[in-house]
Amino acid sequence: MNKKFVLGIYDDEDVLLHAIETIRATGTKIYEVFSPYPIHGIDDVLGIKRSRLPIVAFFGGLTGMSFALWMQIWMLGFDWPMIIGGKPHIALPSFIPVTFELTVLFAAFSMVIVFFIVTNLKPSMRVNVFDKRSTDDKFVMAIEVKEGVTDLSALNKLLRSNGAVEVNEKEVIK
Amino acid sequence: MQHVSPIREPLVTGGKTYHDITEDVCRQVEAGPNPRWAAALAVSLVGLAIFFYSVYRTLWFGIGEWGLNRTVGWAWDITNFVWWVGIGHAGTLISAVLLLFRQKWRSSINRAAEAMTIFAVICAAMFPVLHMGRPWLAYWVLPLPNTFGSLWVNFNSPLLWDVFAISTYFSVSLVFWYIGLIPDFATIRDRAVGPIARRAYSILSMGWTGSAKAWSRYETVSLILAGVATPLVLSVHTIVSMDFATSVIPGWHTTIFPPYFVAGAIFSGFAMVLTLMIITRKVFHLENYITLEHIESMNKVIITTGSIVGVAYTTEFFIAWYSGVEYESYAFLNRAFGPYWWAYWSMMTCNVITPQLFWFRTIRRSLTATFIISIFVNIGMWFERFVIIVTSLHRDYLPSSWAMFSPTIIDVGIYVGTIGLFFTLFFLFVKFFPVVNMAEVKAILKSSSEVTHTHADTMHGTDKDLNTNTHHRHE
Repeated sequence: MNKKFVLGIYDDEDVLLHAIETIRATGTKIYEVFSPYPIHGIDDVLGIKRSRLPIVAFFGGLTGMSFALWMQIWMLGFDWPMIIGGKPHIALPSFIPVTFELTVLFAAFSMVIVFFIVTNLKPSMRVNVFDKRSTDDKFVMAIEVKEGVTDLSALNKLLRSNGAVEVNEKEVIK
Repeated sequence: MQHVSPIREPLVTGGKTYHDITEDVCRQVEAGPNPRWAAALAVSLVGLAIFFYSVYRTLWFGIGEWGLNRTVGWAWDITNFVWWVGIGHAGTLISAVLLLFRQKWRSSINRAAEAMTIFAVICAAMFPVLHMGRPWLAYWVLPLPNTFGSLWVNFNSPLLWDVFAISTYFSVSLVFWYIGLIPDFATIRDRAVGPIARRAYSILSMGWTGSAKAWSRYETVSLILAGVATPLVLSVHTIVSMDFATSVIPGWHTTIFPPYFVAGAIFSGFAMVLTLMIITRKVFHLENYITLEHIESMNKVIITTGSIVGVAYTTEFFIAWYSGVEYESYAFLNRAFGPYWWAYWSMMTCNVITPQLFWFRTIRRSLTATFIISIFVNIGMWFERFVIIVTSLHRDYLPSSWAMFSPTIIDVGIYVGTIGLFFTLFFLFVKFFPVVNMAEVKAILKSSSEVTHTHADTMHGTDKDLNTNTHHRHE
């Protein structure tokens, strides 16, 4: 099904932030905001919840640490014990470096993999960019048009009165 | 709204807009090859050819092609390995540590510095792998089952720690760098004219749209990656130093090694960043993004770490005497006044004396002086590793086995070759990848550009005189 959007184009981050607040206050639902760079404070005005990716990293790190310790203790302590440099079979202090490295490796990779999955980042030719200028110098606010419900001219006026430099319509083929 | 003190120097000059940033950075990616770039790449390719030839000789005839002997079993290979790994550290420092410290000046140099890290680690990895003699068995360093043919690897060995440290460091740095590149690839994709460019950058940008939610996650991921990369970078050179410190060779068996090596790594890395950035900003006309303020900040890091290294050299010498250990004292006297005295004093001159020139503001802000000193530091840090490794080994406990080391042409070839490899990769990077992080520079533009600073002057009426004076002083 095709979806129709009204795009408010802004050219300043502070105007945009103010506009988001005012427009949300009128009860209009903002579908998405696209910007060329991360805007500080946009999460609060858009009501985006804090990302839970750090939790993924924490458990990834925990897994890495446990795995590394288990691997070293099992290999050198149980599977094939050898005396190396007169040290005990399970010489914990010298297992620390590898444990640390694997903790970091697992934490970083688990978080990054989950980031790619939840953000839907994958090599793809079909990219749904609403307005190509949003990766260059414009901030784009997309509001979904519901047939028969949305008053287009009122929406247009609302966007313009809040500092939009342009208002466009865009149809997205799903 | 971010607030930046009006006394701070602008980080982006020339009254740039968001669109100007896109244009200035995408230009070298989109335009045809710049003749100066092509010439530089050609020279690097000659270096790469030397690398391949030397590697071929090493593999075909064996390690005997190198100048190593029974006494000096580690020489240029490990020197070059430590040198390259050290150079890599500045990239992570800029991208991770300075991110945690909220240093905005990192934004325009972090991309290139991180690329440098990755390429330097690739060069570094060549040496231990080639020194194995049979590099096709390099996977034996992994913990493979006993039934595979050998015993489990020895987890008590710092050389094995190195395997884990370097590979983790390489992969985490690569991922960190790539995530930063995604939004910029999307910018290039949305501007691309030709079908090949559009296809290539579409795949590279992974369908990035720049939605607020994606940016929010992106920021979280960057912050956490910076948080884990910071202890990681310290661990890498700590472990590299333990390759030496856990042995019982005089001059190596010291507890000062980990911090001393880490400081040295950052020192040499920043020197290499400066060497590269001074050339890059000139060739690609990025003077408005990599300003004198950036150069000066990096020079301040150089003088700090250079001084730490200087203190470490002195401490080592003092402790050698104070410990009362005959062998330790001899090792240090031999370093400074033995047959390799010239290497020791080259190291002292390049690493301890030359960076002290940066106490002068005019020298810190002079491109020519900075460029020359950065080369000196690169040379000095190479000599540091050479001095530590060769002078400690060549006269060991048994005078009958004392020997000298001299490199063969193949040793030189591999070293020069890795420099060729490094620059080949770097030049390809600057041509096909956005060399400045556009998204991050745009993010700081509003608070840190020249335009904002002029605004600040008019806004804060009472501060006006102060601000104008500051600006005059800087111009």
